[in-house]
Amino acid sequence: MKKETAKTLRAFLIELAIYAVLVVGYFFLVLHFLGEGLQRLEQHHRYSYAGLAILLMIGQAVLLQNVTTFLLRLIRGRTE
Amino acid sequence: MFFPISGAHISPIYLVIVGFVIGILGGFFGVGGSFIAGPALRVVGLDWNFAVGTDLAHIVGKSVVAVRQHRAFGNVDLKLGLIMALGTIAGAEVGAQLIQILKRAGNVNLVVSIVSIAVYVSISTFMIWESRKTLRSKKPGAAAPPTAVSKKHDPSSFGHVTRSIQRLNIPPLIKLPSSGVTISLWIILLVAFVGGLFSGFLGGGAGYIRMPSMVYVLGIPTHLAVGTDLFEIIISASYGTFSHAIKGNVDILIALVMHTGAAIGAQIGAISTQYFAGPKIRLAFVPLPLIGAAIVIYTLMTGHKL
Repeated sequence: MKKETAKTLRAFLIELAIYAVLVVGYFFLVLHFLGEGLQRLEQHHRYSYAGLAILLMIGQAVLLQNVTTFLLRLIRGRTE
Repeated sequence: MFFPISGAHISPIYLVIVGFVIGILGGFFGVGGSFIAGPALRVVGLDWNFAVGTDLAHIVGKSVVAVRQHRAFGNVDLKLGLIMALGTIAGAEVGAQLIQILKRAGNVNLVVSIVSIAVYVSISTFMIWESRKTLRSKKPGAAAPPTAVSKKHDPSSFGHVTRSIQRLNIPPLIKLPSSGVTISLWIILLVAFVGGLFSGFLGGGAGYIRMPSMVYVLGIPTHLAVGTDLFEIIISASYGTFSHAIKGNVDILIALVMHTGAAIGAQIGAISTQYFAGPKIRLAFVPLPLIGAAIVIYTLMTGHKL
């Protein structure tokens, strides 16, 4: 049982490290370039901005969850 | 990192950590966590209007992650969540109107503060009494981690009152097979309306009221109440995000950065519920409304809105 817990914890920490690298890349590659366009939209087309904001949030949620699930499966597969 | 929409300079690491903590709380307790996120955004200099709107946007994403995880465990009653969303939105609108009336009367801050302190402390006191009594009663399933079957038989020392409410025969009666409950539509709508009313009146998603109401009034097992509340939060927070975004109160870039931490936290929180029985989750919930009360008392005493 203890061995299993240690294995899960190790897999989680590896996942967290990879996830952190991916997220930092995401900040600079995606969010940095989105900034200007979103600001323009927010100033001139509020309704489109509101709709896009919700879509972006839901899209990122689904994407990140799939990434974390994939990473965990991959790491567990390797460590077993 | 500069966020051009709100014009704020905030460390992305700070936002990720705040998102992570709120994600864990949200995934485990089924709350939005605005009582922490709002002050956490205010502390780093974000304007109050942006803090409220941006927090709502982040709650949408965090709840999507947590709901997907809870759904995998069979902890989401979609039918109940959809019905409750209607009552919540109506209640939120009435709550917002009440605030406007109080604003015109000139005593909005004092009334809202006193009501919120009373509500927060009452919820905590009641939940600590009920969950401790249930845990001491040694009813089957009171303390052991839940199985798929035992999740629907969530013991509560308040169960006799809940059963009386469920027996109220006010048509139409709604059958909720996922939760194992049959109850009047009007009672569901009333619970959701009251939650929405507090949400519009006190701000935030009011999960600290809705989650306990679902357990004690509707008789929804705790694990399902957590998952279903989160599902309902997706709908009501999306509505709130849209409404705030068209008023210029949402910096979606801040919300997206916060959400990268919340995505992991929400999964940890949701998975953790599988290791705790319903009464233990309810007992652990007790400090949350008290934190809310402490923030309001601080605001009243210092005049600084956190």
